[in-house]
Amino acid sequence: MSQSYNRGLIEDFARWREFEAGMWAWIFHKFTGWVLIGYLFTHIAVLSTGIPAAGASEAAIAAGNDVYTQTIVSLEGLLLVRLLEVGLLAVAVFHMLNGTRLLLTDLGIGLDAQDKSFYASLILTGAITVASVPTFIAGAF
Amino acid sequence: MAERYSSFQSGGRMWLLQRVTAVFLLVVLAFHFFLLHFVHHADEVSFLASSARMESLSYYSLMILFLVTATFHGVNGVYNALVNQGLTGTKRTVIKWTLVAASVVLIAQGIRTANAWAGIGLY
Repeated sequence: MSQSYNRGLIEDFARWREFEAGMWAWIFHKFTGWVLIGYLFTHIAVLSTGIPAAGASEAAIAAGNDVYTQTIVSLEGLLLVRLLEVGLLAVAVFHMLNGTRLLLTDLGIGLDAQDKSFYASLILTGAITVASVPTFIAGAF
Repeated sequence: MAERYSSFQSGGRMWLLQRVTAVFLLVVLAFHFFLLHFVHHADEVSFLASSARMESLSYYSLMILFLVTATFHGVNGVYNALVNQGLTGTKRTVIKWTLVAASVVLIAQGIRTANAWAGIGLY
């Protein structure tokens, strides 16, 4: 017979000192997920400047004087935006690596190495992010 | 018998869709980052370049599918997080349909933008 089990709210953050690797992985996955969906809405809003830009003259588009090109170039010229993009990459890479870990866990693969695979996700996220900094910052100065 | 501690409904269609979209997004998000940050660079973005990419039917279709799957995966993830937080009753229904409406607006706006780049009249 199945029995009811009251485990309380999952997001009982007051217990954070008791959290183990799996719980931190779960919290980081939620946090990065919120950031990514928030970014998706912002991303489409910024890219939407392509709609009025499509109505610009061919000469303006060829010269890069349309509102879309100008908006993106202005944003990418800000060091803060470049740094936020590095942060976005870190968030996306962690979500992807930890997501892969979750998909494998769902398939029953690597159940005994859950902690190790979480730490590996963190280390790999750090390494990929650091290695990408020169590319993401290029042209910002 | 084993007890279930998960808040998710086992065998649910949404549960499966969340995982199927995850697998697709793993590949396409990596491609998206690689193409637009490592092959092309952020300071080289222009309407002409975006337009040239979007005029290819395969790229256009991939980006529309990317938009739809990312929206579903993200919004469904937010909904699941709120349900785990204890969202129930009328609030749950209101938030569910608000998220559905936000998704429709996001996808419609994304398609309009892609159409503008691709030179498709509908935007």
